[in-house]
Formats: sequence, structure tokens, C-alpha cells
Amino acid sequence: MATTVTKLNNPYGEDKVIDACGLFGMMDLTGKRFGAKAPVKAIANMHERGNGLGGGFAVYGLYPEHRDDYAFHIMCLSGEAKEKAERLLEQNFDVLMAEEIPVNPKAHVWNPPIIWRYFLQPKRDLAKNLPHDEYVVQNVMRINTETCGAFVFSSGKNMGVFKGVGFPEDIAEYFCLNDYEGYLWTCHGRFPTNTPGWWGGAHPFNILDWTVVHNGEISSYGINRRYLEMYGYHCTMQTDTEVMAYALDLLMRKQRLPMEVVARILAPPLWIEIDTMEPNEKRLCTVLRQCYSSLLMNGPFTIIAAHNGEMIGLTDRIKLRPLTAGVKGHILYLSSEESAIQLVASNLDRVWSPRGGEPVIGRLETMKPVELLAKVRK
Amino acid sequence: MKSYVEPEFIVERDQEKCIRCKVCVNQCTYDTHYYDAEDDKVCSRDENCVNCHRCVAFCPTRAITIRRNPTQYTENSNWTREAVTAVKNQAETGGIILTGMGCDKPNYSYWDRILLNASQVTNPSIDPLREPMELRTYLGAKPEKLELELENGGTVLQTQLAPQLTVETPILFSALSYGAVSFNVHEALARAATECGTFMNTGEGGLDKRLYKYGEHVIVQVASGRFGVSPDYLNAGAALEIKIGQGAKPGIGGHLPGEKVTEEISRTRMIPIGTDALSPAPQHDIYSIEDLRQLIYALKEETDYAKPVSVKIAAVHNSAAIASGMVRAGADIIALDGVRGATGAAPRIIRDNVGVPIELALASVDQRLRDEGIRNKASIIVAGGIKNSGDVAKAIALGADAVYIGTAALVAIGCTVCQKCHTGKCPWGIATPDPWISKRVNPDIATRRLVNLLRGWSLEIKELMGGMGINAIESLRGNRLQLRGVGLTETELKVLGIKMAGN
Repeated sequence: MATTVTKLNNPYGEDKVIDACGLFGMMDLTGKRFGAKAPVKAIANMHERGNGLGGGFAVYGLYPEHRDDYAFHIMCLSGEAKEKAERLLEQNFDVLMAEEIPVNPKAHVWNPPIIWRYFLQPKRDLAKNLPHDEYVVQNVMRINTETCGAFVFSSGKNMGVFKGVGFPEDIAEYFCLNDYEGYLWTCHGRFPTNTPGWWGGAHPFNILDWTVVHNGEISSYGINRRYLEMYGYHCTMQTDTEVMAYALDLLMRKQRLPMEVVARILAPPLWIEIDTMEPNEKRLCTVLRQCYSSLLMNGPFTIIAAHNGEMIGLTDRIKLRPLTAGVKGHILYLSSEESAIQLVASNLDRVWSPRGGEPVIGRLETMKPVELLAKVRK
Repeated sequence: MKSYVEPEFIVERDQEKCIRCKVCVNQCTYDTHYYDAEDDKVCSRDENCVNCHRCVAFCPTRAITIRRNPTQYTENSNWTREAVTAVKNQAETGGIILTGMGCDKPNYSYWDRILLNASQVTNPSIDPLREPMELRTYLGAKPEKLELELENGGTVLQTQLAPQLTVETPILFSALSYGAVSFNVHEALARAATECGTFMNTGEGGLDKRLYKYGEHVIVQVASGRFGVSPDYLNAGAALEIKIGQGAKPGIGGHLPGEKVTEEISRTRMIPIGTDALSPAPQHDIYSIEDLRQLIYALKEETDYAKPVSVKIAAVHNSAAIASGMVRAGADIIALDGVRGATGAAPRIIRDNVGVPIELALASVDQRLRDEGIRNKASIIVAGGIKNSGDVAKAIALGADAVYIGTAALVAIGCTVCQKCHTGKCPWGIATPDPWISKRVNPDIATRRLVNLLRGWSLEIKELMGGMGINAIESLRGNRLQLRGVGLTETELKVLGIKMAGN
């Protein structure tokens, strides 16, 4: 049963599903919510970076009226799968609200599944021995592996993922994204090298309120995955993005390491750089590489990762995939191409290309993006 | 008793080319060649020849060719020449047949049936001539996670790491004991390890005081005979290794005959001159896993917990469970020696019939430690059958942190793998305690040859990694998706944890 998702996402049983993509992220650092117009226009401008086999959006600050409830977005391949999923939900959660996500059937998308959303609270007596987040993760894994066709693709609080098979602008139209607002949007247009045609395979990839959109192919996938398996993560999707999301979950949620440190694990400086750092810095970077060597993401990648209140852009350490950052007022932009930023924001205060392995982090209330490692490298 | 054993090799000498210089006569330590003054002719006793090629390499006119004896017994797939000769030898001597080096049978190697991957289109390969390519590896126990504290915007590390060995290339020199090999070989290994930023392993015969200055690049071994073990010795090295077994002779002890125990070797091994150095089969203070723990911690106590402790075992049928126990007993490094691992002397029947190919043992040990969630608690070094840099890359992709090379290092110095190390008469001056013959290894030249070998292999590993789009060796380590098998059964692929090529 656990192989259902694997088979859907990876019908040819390849080592992993390979795709390349266009990415865009936009965040108002004051927390002011805005509509879909600018992010959709920007990702549509990078149409050529996708091939119509996947598009998606993550929106934060999406459900203020339900800010403390877990919002599940579930796609179901059959009515039977939906029933199974709902039975599991009812057993383990108080279901505060359940509704079909409104869609525009005229939009140009391929073979849409049944998509519903639920606002949930863990059943108090069942979840009393576990942190709620952990309880939710376990239930998401159960639904995704046991229902043969129901797939939770969004499970965080006050945020939501919308994704499917189509170009991102068509996915936006299908999900009527013009009706939503958020203070942080990440967007993805996908170019997979096989044709799974499965909605769950699109980005963003999500667990709890973490989302990742990703462009690249990680050559170290084999060992990254085996390392995460040691910590109980099962890579059912078999994509680089999934590995990236689990690595972030392990390092940031479970081990509580700050992003500044995590960036040096995923995309560490070279030994020749480390060897010439000042002693404290050198010791930290050396120990990080010794301890977390199996989480070095080797090979080309750019990610835009987000969770409530934070958006992070990061590339691999020798920057084999593009990433451009821009700032205008309190808005931080991250994009595969600068043109997409310029299209939606003229007269930027600043536009720059972060160096390989140097994260750009937008945090609520900081007003200014955090750039790291720059002081070390100069 | 007349011997019915026929010469294995025939020495052919082109009398037209021979200039009677007698180099071959002087170089051969087996008395194969002699000069007949009456006929003014150099002749050979074929039955003495071991095919070591010392004379071939040194004959100034290339007059000598060694051939396998073309006279064959009647063809028989079961009663091969080797089988018949072995029986005849034993019928004449009543003893155990000894041999040197590693198993020479063809069926135990898997490296050549495993292929590596390369990047095409979806991710770029990297050119190591133009971009950094990192081979540095740290050997030792790693914590499950790091504790960090944020202070004034900076991060302060709370976790104290266990001691680590730094290797600049994931290739170490395997245990070659002083006594089995000459001092000059030991010196060359120590100097080459120092120059290349890696380590030599003393083997069980101790470390000559003259080599203590290379201690930062030496792993000192503690074996069942405890030869040369003293507080000074334990503290002279950068790491310690408890030798439980070796791939060439799992379950078997060692025996350095008294005639090899010269004054220098006696001093280093701390035994009287001319006495046999007997290594018991087991360590007699280790009859179980809890005893191993005591020895590991006795050694750690003696060295102030400042040096990693490795435990070396021969790969046997239940290595995975044993390795798990070793890690739980406190080993920082697991050294696994496969069935093709070499030796200075072993009963042929043991060498060729006991053990597990290193590829299979490595795959199952690495997987077991991961299944149990303790792979981070020890590094794995594999030995026994590494012939080239491709084997190194494949071993690392299967899950090894580094490899030990013994035979390859000796071949670099001059060894031709004639398998007669146990005679102590190595004409190349390698596997001999004889001060006169061992002068044939010039430590300067041997060091250069070893350094060249490690450099060449390291460059090749970088090329292989670059092709895979990987620029740090840790991203290859345990990355079995970079491997595919050819000509392997379903079960073999499953044990190796790799897919069939084309899949």
C-alpha cells in the first residue's frame, strides 16, 4: 500500500523523478497581505522554464479566520479514496470544516482529481502524548500511504498549497487564486523529464507549514535519502524536492538549527575557504561538515523554502542554478530570472544575484532581508 | 624421496643476447641462476624459480623470459595442475601448504561487475581541472546531531566531537607488519602517508622508534601477540587499531619464524632475538563482545580519549551483526578485510576458502548500521581487493568512508604478486627481514612511487566524481544510486543494494 504514491509519482521506477523549473517568491516583510496578481504574472513570464506538466503556489497568511487550525488540502483519485481519507480524519481529528475547494472548470488543466479542504484539530485524547506537529505528520503519512489514492498536499496552519498538472498561470486560474490573499507567495512552473501526469507530483512540496519549490537535480540524492531514512523519513515521492523538505524538517523543526546554520549544511563552503576562516568560524564550519556530511546537497539546485513568517532562497554551493533577489520597500522578491521581478516591480531599491550557498532570508518584522555568510567570504 | 613435483616455471635465456654479466645470478634469492665458468654460460634451475621477475626487470639486454611450464598433466577441469601439485606437495611433506598475498581465485570479485554513473543533460558534470573537487574525509564517530547556542548573533558550538582522523584522500595504507616487510618499506609507507595527508598502519609488529616522528600519520595496531605494544607505542600514533582478524586468514593466528627475528625486529617487537613470534588465533582477553569493549576502553584510557580506536575484522558470514556489536562496544572505526585481502603468510586452504568478498560484506554492514540508526557512530574502512581508483570510488559509493590498500602499495614499490612472501626471501627486498636483500628497497624511491600512486588515484577519483556531478566525496559516500550491476543475480543485487544496469 505504501507504494501507491511512489507508483503514481514514479511510474517507471526510476532512481528518482527528475525535473527542472522556474521559481518565484514574493514576501511582504510587514505581513501585509496581497493578491495573486503579481506572483502569477511573474511566474507566467517564465513560461519557457516549464513544460505544462506541473505548476503550483504556496500562500501564507491564507486562512486568518482559521489561523490556529491545521488546514488540509487533499486530492483524491476516486470517491472511495476520499471516503477512506475522511474516515481517517474523523477518527483522529475534530473536523471543524470540510468543503470542496472552489475551481474554475474552464481553466486549461489536465485531468483534475477531486480536491477538498478541511480545517482540523487533533483529537485531544489521541494526541496527548505527542507534539501536535508530530501527530499531524504521522497522520499525513498514513493517509498518503494507506488510502490508495488520497494525498494530503497541504497540511499547515494559516497557509495553503494549490498545485496540479498544467502551466502555473492555468493552475492559478483553475483554483481561482484571484480570490485569495497572503503576505508570502511562492510559485513554481515545472519541467519534468518524464510524464507522470499526476497532480501530487507538482510543487510546492509541503509538510506542516513548510513548503519547498525547487529547481535542480541533486546528484547526492542517494545518500541524502539514506541518511534521512535513518531518522524515520520515508521518501515516497522519490524527488529531490521531497529530500530537501525532509532535510529542512529534520534540521530546523526537529533539531532546531537556525537557517543560517542549515544553509552551511546543505550548501557548505569549500574546505579551501573553511581552512582560511577565523578560528571560531572555521571550527563551526568544519564540525558541520563532519557531522552532517550526508546532508550536503551536491549538484545543481535552487530552492525557495517557506514557513510561517519566513522565506528562504538558497542555491547549491557552486551555483549551478540561477537565483536573483530584489527588494522594493518592504517587499522581498526571489526569482529564477530577474526579468520576472522587473515585470512586477519597477524601480527596485536593489537587485542582486546571491552567491552560491549564500541564503537570502526574509523574516516578518525584520523589514530587511538577511544575507548570510557574506561577511565571512569577503 | 624423489620429488614428483614439476617446476612451475621455465626460465628461457636468449644466449645471443646474454652478455654473462651475472646480474640475474646476483639478484635471484632463490638460487635459480648460476654461472657455468667451464662453458662461459649462465644457466637456470627452473624448479627454484618463483616467477618474481626480478631477473627479467634487471637483465640489461632483456635476455630472460619466464614461461609457465608448458608441460601439462592430462586436461581435467577438476584435477587441475594446481590441485595435483598441491596433493603431491603434501604427500611429500605432510604439512600445511603456505602461501603469500591474497586469494588468487577468479570468482570472488564484484568490483568489475559494478558500473559507475555519469551526468548527462539534466545536471552538469564538473571539470576537476577547473573547479574544486574535495576528497577530504574525517574518520571517527559523529554525533547524531549538533547542539548550538545562539549568542549575540553568533553561533556557539556546544557539542564536543569525538576525535577524528583527517585524510586528504580516502586511501590509507593497510596493516603491513614490520618483520613481514622490511624497515625500508615501513619507512617509505610512513613518509608517503605523511606527504599525502593519509595514514600507514603498523600492522602487528610494532613501530621502530626511528619512525615515531611520522606518528601523526600512523595507525598503531594492537594484535593478539601484543608485539611492540607499550604506552609509548600507543601514544606514538594518531589512532589505534585492535586487530581481531584479517581477510587472508580469518580465524587464524600468525607465526613469524625465529630466523626472521633479527636484532632490530626483536627490539621493536619486544621479544628475544631468534625466537618465534607467535600471534594466537584469538585475542586471549577477548572471547566475547563485552571483552572487546574493555580493550577498546583500556586503550582509550591509556591515550586520554584523544585518539580514535579502530577494530579490524575479517569479513565473515555474520559481519553485519558483529560490526553492529563493535560499534556499540565503542569502536570509532570499523575496518573490514575481505576474502581477497593479502598476507605475508597463510595456509593456502584458509586463504582461498574462508571469508566473504568485501563488496558484499561492506554493503551489508553499511546497511545494517543504517537500519539500526548507528551508522554515524563509526566510520568504515574496507580492505582486501582494491586494485585501482575505480574500486575505491565503488567502495565509497557502496558505503565505505575510506579504503585500505596493502597489495597495491607493495606493487607500487616493486612487488609482482608472486605469492612467495612466506619464504622471507623476497628478491624485491619487500617481504624480507634480511638486511642485505632489504637494501634493494630505496626508501626515497619507494616513497616517491607510493606518493605518485596515491596522487594518480586521487586524480582519477576526482574525474569520476566530476563526471557524476559531485564535488565532495561525502556526496558519493553511500550513494548507491550511482552504481549499477551487470551479470549479477537478483539476490546479489539485493545484498549489494544496487539496481541492474539499464534500470
